[in-house]
Amino acid sequence: MLSIQNIDKSFDALPVICNLSFEVKDGEFVAIIGPSGSGKSTLFQLIGGVTSIDAGAILLNGTDIQQTKGTIGYMPQQPCLLPWRTIVENITIVDELQGKPNVNDAKEWLDKVGLAAFEHAYPNELSGGMQQRVSFIRAIVSNKPILCLDEPFSALDEFTRLEMQAWLLSIWEKYRKSILFVTHSIEEALFLADRIIVLTKRPATVKKEIIVPFARPRQEEIRHSASFTALKQQLFTYLKEEKDEANVD
Amino acid sequence: MKQAFKQGRTIIFIAFLLFIWELIVRFADIPHWLLPTPSAILKEGSQSYETFVPHALATVQLALLGLAIGILCGLTVAVLLHRFTFVLELFYPILIMSQNIPVLVLAPLLIIWFGFGLLPKLIIICLVCFFPIVISAMDGFRQTAPELKHYFEMIGATKAQTFWKLEWPYAYPSIFSGIKIAATYSVMGAVIAEWLGAKKGIGVYMTLAQSSFRTDRVFVAIFAIVFLSLLLFSAIRLIEKFVVKGRGFHAEHSKH
Repeated sequence: MLSIQNIDKSFDALPVICNLSFEVKDGEFVAIIGPSGSGKSTLFQLIGGVTSIDAGAILLNGTDIQQTKGTIGYMPQQPCLLPWRTIVENITIVDELQGKPNVNDAKEWLDKVGLAAFEHAYPNELSGGMQQRVSFIRAIVSNKPILCLDEPFSALDEFTRLEMQAWLLSIWEKYRKSILFVTHSIEEALFLADRIIVLTKRPATVKKEIIVPFARPRQEEIRHSASFTALKQQLFTYLKEEKDEANVD
Repeated sequence: MKQAFKQGRTIIFIAFLLFIWELIVRFADIPHWLLPTPSAILKEGSQSYETFVPHALATVQLALLGLAIGILCGLTVAVLLHRFTFVLELFYPILIMSQNIPVLVLAPLLIIWFGFGLLPKLIIICLVCFFPIVISAMDGFRQTAPELKHYFEMIGATKAQTFWKLEWPYAYPSIFSGIKIAATYSVMGAVIAEWLGAKKGIGVYMTLAQSSFRTDRVFVAIFAIVFLSLLLFSAIRLIEKFVVKGRGFHAEHSKH
């Protein structure tokens, strides 16, 4: 599936990513957490082909996707819906750029997630959480082998965020698409992911990898279990180590 | 409802100003040829209605044609300047300079070059109209939200796609505010163009009235120009409401 192999990236003299390698397997949900400013967004720009890497390789199903745009499904932090397009038109935009908007697919997905009534609504008629749902469906309908989610819920309020996490989990457990999920919330990563990759501070590389042991389908209750708290504590310690070192510099 | 009330207030205020004008002229005993009263202007307007309407129609035709060409030129220039940076560097100073030459100075030259036909008149209107459109359209393109541009990059949009599917529609509100300014200028431009020599038009009517000291007719022409500009302005606002969707005014009827 997606394989990041020993990549380096620096902007001018500032090294941002150094010898970073990891893999996302088919149907796997991988979360990446790291201290703020650790190059998480840069990583997505590299995978998205917007910026070039200095060394290493990014392979998607065996092909090198370095500097090739439009090979991944992408969901940004802001919903990024075009205000002058209806919800359906927004969802089909990615296909439209490649020549063949798939309206039926879009409508089917809207139906699956209970937003069918908003097909022809404009984005400003929807709440923030609903806009993010549309944004997620847009990424799915683009029909790419992997979805890259860039802190998708960080701009939402706490309550909506919890709701959205549960929503994403239920959708994902049904359809099992490969997801690479960048977040700065430990709890979010633990609740959603199969595997968590902890990045070091800049220049970023893999500090630790944690396999999340909870069985699927997951329930909201696991948030209160003892092992959840223990893992949370452990991840927190990792991040704190990185933070402390950053402060010493 | 609230808006209707506000508009009503504006109309009452204008009526009040006209009333003050009427009072001042009457009490200060200002001669009719110097400053006529609003009521005299109104009377003159209704009396010469039949002779005036063909003039007004000619001006409207000229203004609309000039505005249409001005919008086309303006948008073309804006798109070229935005998409090709080297064109911008070359032409931007010239663009600014073109606005520093007074139309009244340029007009005689245009007549020497192109005669008394339609062409020099359209050039004048076009010159007055296209500048606000170029500037506002370019501003609109440039103000496209950076997160949307980044998103378009991430999903693999080409430069042309990013422009036509993102920056162009994003700029609609700005383009329309430019067109609204241009529309009010276009009527004025048409009148100036008609001064240069025309058979019909508000400009011609004005020149005739002025040379025979018919101040009341000059005011009829002035009010006609104001009225036509306002009419054009509202027409464009109406079109804007249909074209610019999903921004602002939908929110009132939001389902959530």
